[in-house]
Amino acid sequence: MKKICLTVIGLYLGLLAAFSQQGPANDSSYRSRKLKIDEINLVSSYYHQDGERAAVTGGIGSQKLTDISNTLDIKLIRYDRKDRKQVWTGEVGIDNYTSASSDKIDPKTISSASYADNRVYPSFSFSRENEKKGTEFGVGVSASSEYDYFSIGLNAHVTKKTKDRMGEFNAKGQAYMDRVSLIYPVELRGSEDPNAQKRGSAARNSYSVALSWSQIVNQRLQLAFLLDLVQQDGFLSLPFNRVYTEGGAVQVEHLPSSRFKVPIGARANYFFGDKLIIRSYYRYYFDDWGLKAHTANIETAIKLNNFFSLSPFYRYYRQTEVDYYKPYREHKVGSEFFTSNPDLSAFNSHFYGAGIRLSPPGGLFGWQHFNMLELRYGHYTRSNTLQANIVSLHLRYK
Amino acid sequence: MKPKIIFTLSMAITLSLFTSCSAVKEYQKSRLNDAEMILANRKIERTELSFQSYREGASGANAGKSGGGCGCN
Repeated sequence: MKKICLTVIGLYLGLLAAFSQQGPANDSSYRSRKLKIDEINLVSSYYHQDGERAAVTGGIGSQKLTDISNTLDIKLIRYDRKDRKQVWTGEVGIDNYTSASSDKIDPKTISSASYADNRVYPSFSFSRENEKKGTEFGVGVSASSEYDYFSIGLNAHVTKKTKDRMGEFNAKGQAYMDRVSLIYPVELRGSEDPNAQKRGSAARNSYSVALSWSQIVNQRLQLAFLLDLVQQDGFLSLPFNRVYTEGGAVQVEHLPSSRFKVPIGARANYFFGDKLIIRSYYRYYFDDWGLKAHTANIETAIKLNNFFSLSPFYRYYRQTEVDYYKPYREHKVGSEFFTSNPDLSAFNSHFYGAGIRLSPPGGLFGWQHFNMLELRYGHYTRSNTLQANIVSLHLRYK
Repeated sequence: MKPKIIFTLSMAITLSLFTSCSAVKEYQKSRLNDAEMILANRKIERTELSFQSYREGASGANAGKSGGGCGCN
């Protein structure tokens, strides 16, 4: 763990040192043909949760989990011969997590999604914007690797602004090709359960189209409307999630091999006076597993002076259960699909906290390019026992 | 009945907002261009969105990932 933290910090400081001798920022009238660093961002988070409804142990037991996440991205820009802006972005993320329930897959050995594990997720993207025409297109590739899961992702997007630059349409297509390692609970390896007979890995593919329209209403208000269409195919269960029937028999979770999801969202941001910004968000979600959900979020940014702001926020979330969910020992034998995963049960949750943002004109700690620091804390509480806390830090070099 | 009323009201509000749009010149966009007026998730929210997509059945419509890449639903 220490090694990972030191590596990330070392990498970040190394990049800062390497580019700290650059000249002054470009004049806006000069369009550089050379690739230049625009900004570097480091985001670190500490997340801790606990509860009494672990999916691995059939809907009972500890949900204690800790995750330390670090991501570093670097954004480079240049202008081509036709004066189009090119943006190249590289990113790498490393998570280190510990999970009490994962250790219950096989308590005696480490031949499971282990008690402590890492996830590494690099990504790379390119976009080209024609500022005169108000158009942009971009492509990206990503990967994610952890002990029992591997994913490759591809994406492409197009953006078109209206002539008066008041509206903007964006369409993005994404595809993820994933492999899930089939690691079963120890007592079901070699059992009669037909769902626990597979070995090796299975495919899970996700395809989505995300459409959005952003609109400026006046000098203080802007809106966005978002629609995603998501199709998932393949092995959509998790092989180590136990399900206990009424009689006490144990099986592994079994869910359909296809899921179609439709989230529809809207954002509205309003600038009151010179000191207060209201950011609001609402989403309605439904899928063909019977889950419906509402999400509402409101955040205020209070500008205490030109370079310091305070942002309290609140998020409410409510969902219905999927058709295949029943709690611990309530499933009947003979159902085709079944799960006791509490994340797919009916519940509501509250998430609230606050953030601070510092962006002094002379830079942080007297370092001009090191120009923004954001710190944020949130507490999450769910109606089915889960509680979580998260602290995040964002540093920007520009 | 209730969802129909909510939908109708939402559409009415949206249409009235669109029809009340007034032209905003580039030099009048100082507030709209403020870093905290961005119509998307901020970088610092990344891990929050990630844990919410693990711990909740719904995801997407927030300009982020909507499936794949992390073992979550």
